[in-house]
Amino acid sequence: MIIKIAWRNIWRNKRRTAITAASIFFAVLFSVASESLNRGVFDSMIDSTVSFYIGYIQIVKKGYWEDRTLEESIEFRTELKNDLMNVKGVDDIVPRLESFALVSYGSLTKSTMVVGIDPQKETQLTGLSKRIKKGVFLEKNDRAVMMTEGLAEKLNVEVNDTIVLISQGYHGVNAAAKFLIKGLVHFGSPELNTKFIFMPLTTAQQFYGADNRITSVVLDVQGKDQAQVVFSDLQKSLDPKQFEIKDWKAMMPEIISMKEMKESSNKIVMFILYLIVAFGIFGTILMMTKERQYEFGVLISIGMKRGILAFTIWLETMFLGFLGALIGIAISYSLMYYLSVNPIEVTGDMAATYAKFGLEPLLPASVDIDIFATQTFIVFILTSFLALYPCLSILRMKPVQAMRA
Amino acid sequence: MKNVITVKEVTKVYNPDTIPVHALRGVDLEIGQGEFTALVGPSGSGKTTLLNIIGGLDNATEGSVIINDQDIEKLSDSQIIEFRKQHIGFVFQAYNLIPVLTAKENVEFVMLLQGASQAARDARVKELMNAVGLSEHLDRRPSQLSGGQQQRVAVARALASKPRFVLADEPTANLDSKSTADLLDIMSQLNQEENITFLFSTHDQRVIDRARRVVMLEDGAVISDDTKM
Repeated sequence: MIIKIAWRNIWRNKRRTAITAASIFFAVLFSVASESLNRGVFDSMIDSTVSFYIGYIQIVKKGYWEDRTLEESIEFRTELKNDLMNVKGVDDIVPRLESFALVSYGSLTKSTMVVGIDPQKETQLTGLSKRIKKGVFLEKNDRAVMMTEGLAEKLNVEVNDTIVLISQGYHGVNAAAKFLIKGLVHFGSPELNTKFIFMPLTTAQQFYGADNRITSVVLDVQGKDQAQVVFSDLQKSLDPKQFEIKDWKAMMPEIISMKEMKESSNKIVMFILYLIVAFGIFGTILMMTKERQYEFGVLISIGMKRGILAFTIWLETMFLGFLGALIGIAISYSLMYYLSVNPIEVTGDMAATYAKFGLEPLLPASVDIDIFATQTFIVFILTSFLALYPCLSILRMKPVQAMRA
Repeated sequence: MKNVITVKEVTKVYNPDTIPVHALRGVDLEIGQGEFTALVGPSGSGKTTLLNIIGGLDNATEGSVIINDQDIEKLSDSQIIEFRKQHIGFVFQAYNLIPVLTAKENVEFVMLLQGASQAARDARVKELMNAVGLSEHLDRRPSQLSGGQQQRVAVARALASKPRFVLADEPTANLDSKSTADLLDIMSQLNQEENITFLFSTHDQRVIDRARRVVMLEDGAVISDDTKM
């Protein structure tokens, strides 16, 4: 009966209920859309970056991340391989040996980052073979290299040309050798597109005199959530004095802080929006409370306990809030789901900027359930708080005075 | 005849610290079981105040109100609400039914607050709605009923919890002659057949004519108390 009364009460003034519910509906819709698009875009950016090169988790020697030298490399022993492969959730491990070098062709010399890779595993993790623009992809035992297109242009080289690499190897040995260019790969980011030379891992280890050594192992895991679990397990199993475990958040702090900044500004906008809506709801509650003083007095007179009456009014306010919120969630979920499947296409300069960084010019929406749950929770807290006014008013009410009002 | 209500030396002063208004000045009154009594007097004579104090809706400044051997002035707020629910039925001038409930639900509501079972509620609603002649209008909301019909539902609601007595504050003030006559017939019948005690505050001569006892108040004091033979 209490639920029936509360539900029917909100329809006593249909227009007022519709206006109040509509204000909540628009607040929810706007907040969800803003949060969903923001998260969708950043998630897409993070996923692109992760799948492009860094992976969700990397294992490096303690101190490597700061110095990035071969002296901080690790021996890629079978025990380490087994330890990593035995962690639940790790599908594969992808070793790399990274160092800087000078690359020369004719009279031209440029600096470059040489990355020794396991071609098959690297392709599985990052899809590197799909980036081939000219030539062919590396084989495991090739004594040849792949080069980014931009670097090739700077050196004025083509596939099947031979370049010279000069560097300092492990323990300071001289590293110098000639390599055939087997293929050219393309990266969207201009900076990255002029930076890399890839060669098979064993070739890189020979070149740098770093037999069986690697600078990092990228773990192939299924998504962020799985990465979190694996990260926790590794923290327990790997010796922290020897190894550092870097998750995707630690490896891309700029994107994470950009995301956090955007989320903070979204929260401020959401706060202002809900503040405005709160005043609207409070106006409705205030009118409703004042209009029904007499009725409340009568209900207490005929034996309705104040607590039950206050609960009825709280329920009524909840219904009002959730009416707007649920319609808002239903419509915004449908809309965001559509936009997650059919992302908004960015055009013009914006599209060019996206392309520069190797990102697709799309604005996908996220349909993470917590986005919708958060809005429902906010409406619940907001309406519960606002319902305190009529509830307190009822608890303090003297029926005779109420009926005289 | 056993007393249902005993009012002893009840005084009510509004605004005692600023401009005191003496609404009741030492009222003594005893109402016996099964009485059909009208409290009459001009506006401001203290009728509604006395009714409110008897009903536990307001507190006396001095004096006591004893109902069923219980001094209700000594009850806490929650105890008085419970007491009202169990022992007192109210009928108000403006009907005051819950607008979002049907006639049946309005009558049932008080019993629901008492925790009565569905079967008990259904039986009592049927009985009362028959008694007030509205058994055909169970599913109508107050807005779909006339003023007289609404007041009859209010009487049924007041009786739903099987109270010791019914307090009715100007119950016919908003009714036409026909509705007033119908309502008085119903209340009179319930009084005679079920021995329910009725205490009205009224200006209405038609109610006064039907009352078997008329207590007249003036300036907060009882100036006459006549029982018709």
